[in-house]
Amino acid sequence: MRSKGGRDWNAASFGQKVAAFAGLAFLHLPVWVIVIYAFTTEDRTYQFPPPGLTLHWFSVAFAREDIWAALRMSLSVASVATAMALVLGTLAAFALAQGRFRGREAITLLFVLPIALPGIITGIALLSAFKLGGIQPGYWTIVTGHATFCIVIVHNNVIARLRRLPQSWIEASMDLGADGFQTFRYVLLPQIATALLAGGMLAFALSFDEIIVTLFTAGHEKTLPIWFFNELFRPRERPITNVVAVSVVLITMIPILLAYWLTRPREFESK
Amino acid sequence: MTPAIELAGVSRLFGAVRALDNVSLSIAPGEFFALLGPSGSGKTTCLRLIAGFDHPTSGKILLDGDDVTDIPPFERSVNTVFQDYALFPHMDVAENVAYGPKVQGISAPERRRLALEMLELVRLAAFADRAPAQLSGGQKQRVALARALINKPKVLLLDEPLGALDLRLREEMQIELKAIQQKIGITFVYVTHDQGEALSMADRVAVFRDGRVEQLDSPRDLYERPRTAFVARFVGSANVIEGELARRVTGGGRAFAIRAEAIEVLAPGAPLPDGALSCEGLLEDIHYHGATSRWHVRTDAGQTIVAVLPEGAAAAVPHGSRVRLAWSRENIVPLADS
Amino acid sequence: MQHPPMRAIATFLYGRRGFYLSLLLLPPLLWLGTVYLGSLLALLMHSFYAIDEFTARIVPKLTLATYRQLVSQPAHVDIVLRTLGMAVAVTLTAAVVAFPVANYMARYATPRMKAFFYVGVMLPMWTSYLVKVYAWRLVLAKQGVLSWFLDQLGLAPALDAALQTPVIGGPSLASSYLGMFIVFVYMWLPFMILPLTAALERVPQSLLQASADLGARPGQTFRNIVLPLALPGLAAGSVFTFSLTLGDYIIPSVVGAPGYFIGMMVYQQQGTAGNLPLAAAFSVVPIILIAIYLSLAKRLGAFDAL
Repeated sequence: MRSKGGRDWNAASFGQKVAAFAGLAFLHLPVWVIVIYAFTTEDRTYQFPPPGLTLHWFSVAFAREDIWAALRMSLSVASVATAMALVLGTLAAFALAQGRFRGREAITLLFVLPIALPGIITGIALLSAFKLGGIQPGYWTIVTGHATFCIVIVHNNVIARLRRLPQSWIEASMDLGADGFQTFRYVLLPQIATALLAGGMLAFALSFDEIIVTLFTAGHEKTLPIWFFNELFRPRERPITNVVAVSVVLITMIPILLAYWLTRPREFESK
Repeated sequence: MTPAIELAGVSRLFGAVRALDNVSLSIAPGEFFALLGPSGSGKTTCLRLIAGFDHPTSGKILLDGDDVTDIPPFERSVNTVFQDYALFPHMDVAENVAYGPKVQGISAPERRRLALEMLELVRLAAFADRAPAQLSGGQKQRVALARALINKPKVLLLDEPLGALDLRLREEMQIELKAIQQKIGITFVYVTHDQGEALSMADRVAVFRDGRVEQLDSPRDLYERPRTAFVARFVGSANVIEGELARRVTGGGRAFAIRAEAIEVLAPGAPLPDGALSCEGLLEDIHYHGATSRWHVRTDAGQTIVAVLPEGAAAAVPHGSRVRLAWSRENIVPLADS
Repeated sequence: MQHPPMRAIATFLYGRRGFYLSLLLLPPLLWLGTVYLGSLLALLMHSFYAIDEFTARIVPKLTLATYRQLVSQPAHVDIVLRTLGMAVAVTLTAAVVAFPVANYMARYATPRMKAFFYVGVMLPMWTSYLVKVYAWRLVLAKQGVLSWFLDQLGLAPALDAALQTPVIGGPSLASSYLGMFIVFVYMWLPFMILPLTAALERVPQSLLQASADLGARPGQTFRNIVLPLALPGLAAGSVFTFSLTLGDYIIPSVVGAPGYFIGMMVYQQQGTAGNLPLAAAFSVVPIILIAIYLSLAKRLGAFDAL
């Protein structure tokens, strides 16, 4: 093979490396900026660099009851939505992993829509439905909206795992005397456990952070993102908002990282 | 005696495709029975129907005289060794083997004892606590075998179990499988596309073609008396003489088979033994196989005949030379129209 | 040991695949069908209602009046065009910015580096949307990080010049289309990077070597081999950037110039203006645009790349 001036195919040029890392840095810097701002002593402007660093705002934020109430609401909604999603999403994944049947394409499309269409569509659609049905927005309308896309997240995770399971395992289990329930318990569940966990955690994090649909379905209830959204336009509360922002990032980082670690490609999955 | 397995008029259609077409056969208890055929011939479909992973479109499947057609696999006294072994990666070897007793509710210590017993049978007791991923192909296959035998099924089904092994290992396993079968005495139903495997291991072989059983016989009868051209070519690679060449050789039009090792190669015009049939042609190639050589001769009628000669039987002649092929009239096997 | 009734149920279900599937699908389909599809239908229905001018109440009678209102006012058409323009600009830019990152991840990164990059792209992607928007508000602010940074580099005049530009400029980055544009690109960048990486990974190294072997310069290899093969990934990523920009209503209100976007219109009309039918009609527009875009993207192979 003629080599182009001794080019090493497996090494990027310096320029390519810079561009790649620059892109990555671009993705991360803004959030790190918030972290710095959470410690600033200046509370009136967005002055950079911060004139001083302090932990003062953290203690102020921790004393605020409205923040805790919003946090409790978010946790509660996320838990319920995730629990519903785990059940419904797994049922759907098992059905759709079976193979071809009539209507499968249509149902698959139905499961893509909640994340394919922007959140505003989901939000206003739900609101229209509530208005039509005379339902008052409240806790359960929020949960309803969240559960809908959480189901899709769990379903995607579980079905991806199921598709990598050889059919012969299920047949072998039944061949040896285990019926469908036993096969699920002894063979399938251990295999999809990580996918279930990962899907559940992603769904939880998404629900916890959700704002776009929630603004339409919340009524008077306040989730943490809604609290945050209201604060965006109140300059006096800026440092506390920063503290909450940093806390939210840290809290949701944990399930995200865990979910990634659980579903990273492994060597021994089959055979 | 009640057959161990009986298929009565079984068909399996996938849309318009007839994977199995009105197949009927019966397998005797304690028999080593082979389902032989090329891919897509229906042999694997047949196996899956016996196991219960699939349901026939029509016909009945009987196990020990009982109709099991509508009975799910977990209720049939049949166990399977899968082509990809299908060992559960989240259990170690002993737990894999003990799976059958586990789902029947047998206590942990008891089923471990049973599992170790089975692993002794396949000489893998030392690997009991290993993970399946740490085993070689041959070892995995033996674990799969132990796992399938622990329930003491009436019938053991094997779906091309040796396909992934290399030649030496395959031959060892063939001997071992046959020995185990004779030791335990249960019926084995063995699917393979390798006719050598079927011939060496089975008591009887069913040759599948396009969803039908073309011939069901003992290995010897299949080899020496193939009934159709397909069987003749598939089992033992006999030469199928038909059409113009058949007319020239026998005077009649009927196709016949002649085994490669039954053919002698002579110089053109050499004297023929009494009652011999012959034809002439040009030598295309000689393939050296160690103990034997395969001579490919293109006859005047256009068809190529292969003769297998033991080493040293005939002096090598240059390619393109004219040779005479001869064989005894007794050795020809008339074939039915396919 | 399996309880006999469970065994009986299992045996019953085993032979009846259709019934078993229906049983599995019933709960989730019931939910998605009634909640989601039902809501979409309700949305559609509301778009065919109208507001009574005097009582400001929704008149439950099917009419095209709201749609007529939507298409007849030039301000409304402006809104749609503005949003569409932003969506296209964001998509193109995201593709350009994402490419070096995805290319590096797919072709040059060692397994450990690739994992590092993967986590590095995934973390911001899953970080709270609001926190990210808020962070940019701080960064783009008049005395904020970006102006400080540009100041240090001596590029302050360049920033001022950019802000003077008509249409995209403004009093500060935080209240200009330029700023909004930057935030949009930032937000959806991971959604472009990931499918693009997957597509580029599927381009075998041997193809690139063959191209060079046959005499092509790196630019030609890129144009003739890499780009066409990466197209499904680009198409898949662009579906996200396009539809997410089209429907967003928070970013334009937090970081941006006074002009309205479709999303803002929807949010405002259902809220303070109390005109749900108009909001519904407005939201039908992105649905149609996205449907068209999806069919285009499908033809480019986006669905296989997802």
